[in-house]
Amino acid sequence: MTRTIAEINEKIKKGKAVVVTAEEIIDIVKEKGTKKAVCEIDVVTTGTFGPMCSSGAYLNLGHSKPRVKIGGGKAYLNNVPVYTGIAAVDVYLGATAIPDDDPRNTVFPGEFRYGGGHVIEELAAGKDVKLTATAYGTDCYPRKSIETTINIKEINEAVLFNPRNSYQNYNVAVNLSDRVIYTYMGTLQPKLGNANYCSAGQLSPLLNDPYYKTIGIGTRIFMGGGIGYIVWNGTQHNPSVSRSENGVPRAPAGTIAVIGDLKQMSPNWLRGTTFTGYGVTLTVGIGIPIPILNEEILKYTTVRDKDIFTQIVDYSDAYPQRKPDTLGEVNYAELKSGKINVKGKEVKTAGLSSYAKAREIAETLKGLIKKGDFLLTEPVAALPSVESGITFKPMPSKPVKKK
Amino acid sequence: MSKKRIVLTFPGRLVDQPITYHLIKDHNLIVNILRANVTPKEEGRLVIELGGNKKDMESGMNYLNEIGVHVQPLTQEVVWHKDRCTQCTACVSICPSSAFVVNRNDMSVSFRKEKCIACELCIPICPYRAVEVHF
Repeated sequence: MTRTIAEINEKIKKGKAVVVTAEEIIDIVKEKGTKKAVCEIDVVTTGTFGPMCSSGAYLNLGHSKPRVKIGGGKAYLNNVPVYTGIAAVDVYLGATAIPDDDPRNTVFPGEFRYGGGHVIEELAAGKDVKLTATAYGTDCYPRKSIETTINIKEINEAVLFNPRNSYQNYNVAVNLSDRVIYTYMGTLQPKLGNANYCSAGQLSPLLNDPYYKTIGIGTRIFMGGGIGYIVWNGTQHNPSVSRSENGVPRAPAGTIAVIGDLKQMSPNWLRGTTFTGYGVTLTVGIGIPIPILNEEILKYTTVRDKDIFTQIVDYSDAYPQRKPDTLGEVNYAELKSGKINVKGKEVKTAGLSSYAKAREIAETLKGLIKKGDFLLTEPVAALPSVESGITFKPMPSKPVKKK
Repeated sequence: MSKKRIVLTFPGRLVDQPITYHLIKDHNLIVNILRANVTPKEEGRLVIELGGNKKDMESGMNYLNEIGVHVQPLTQEVVWHKDRCTQCTACVSICPSSAFVVNRNDMSVSFRKEKCIACELCIPICPYRAVEVHF
């Protein structure tokens, strides 16, 4: 039994596609077996909702009268600096940017109450945002400064363009030291006081298609409440990590770069996020449909939390010093139970990725496809998989040659 | 025996008085101190759980009112903004009194006000700033 994406789309248009979530498929296949289930199920939907630092939006602000060349100058949205090294009124607002006058970690741990992620959330919510910019002035762009209010409804483009989202699996973070540490994996209590994880596990998009056989460049996705597309592999895409027999990576592996119209998105699925002592970021909701083209693809989607393993990493030493040591492996069923065992000690767990929201996304995407409001796309190119030989390179220390 | 959690605010003139001692010795109450601090304005704040029979509780509360200690129920102090919460569960492992709990079936977070001791540990932990404590 095989089917094509075109055939699935025909069924979607007629309102006849059978769509279930990556959670529901587990019991369906358990009950009916893969042979029967593959004949019945057309699409499996996935979802994830977690902090994704490599996110940001590019905006075209429109031209003032007289014109101002913000490109090459300095610009701020709600006092958060944006990147101006592109055309006159295009800027890129990064999720982790913070106001110049934010005290950061001067008084440790810093609060990091507001930054780029929060501005993106406010833009998506339709709130007015303050723009301030200074420019050097040219013959064709004479103005040297501007202060005004912008609104997403009034600017030409606002496009969320995230270079790395939706990590395929992630570390579990713990702290072996004797002081509290503040990390991008949350606050970690000393001497294995807690363990934080960050993945939607059995609902997570790339864990349901471990070799990227259907998810590729050009795949249409649910992104921040609107429609988006996968445009490339994400940065740090690392398909070559060790994998279980079911193909699922046992450490952080694949990633995707995604793009979508911020004007369609909503703060329900895009949230400004704060990590005390670390910084700000954006929490992004992403849902990806998996077309059930054959039995093999179906089998991948039946992956359960207990079949997905990941590494426990000490963020007081091994992570910052880039030591390869791990403190062992654990699966997501254990992580979601609320406690795991690390070095013989029972440790409480907490998630940073919201499983409840991931489920809501998978359900929402299921609803959109069933109603005929979301058609699947054929990837135009595959993401690099295991055979690509791509590995994750470190940054070597090299002396800088004097010219 | 009844129990209640309250926040006591002491004006500066009472900060050096052994009020807890009197609650225990004179009014026969069980006092469990959950939190205590003296603010820079030299106001004292004490979060306690009081336990005892109805009569003793009444006389203890009268005593506090008479000497000028401001008494508020603890539950009014802690605000969980459900709309800001994304159900990520980051607060759950840090919460010492299990006021924040997860329903392990659907991984949804809920807040049981009556269990909260206003320790504020969750405040900097929450990535979405969904919890606030007002004193």
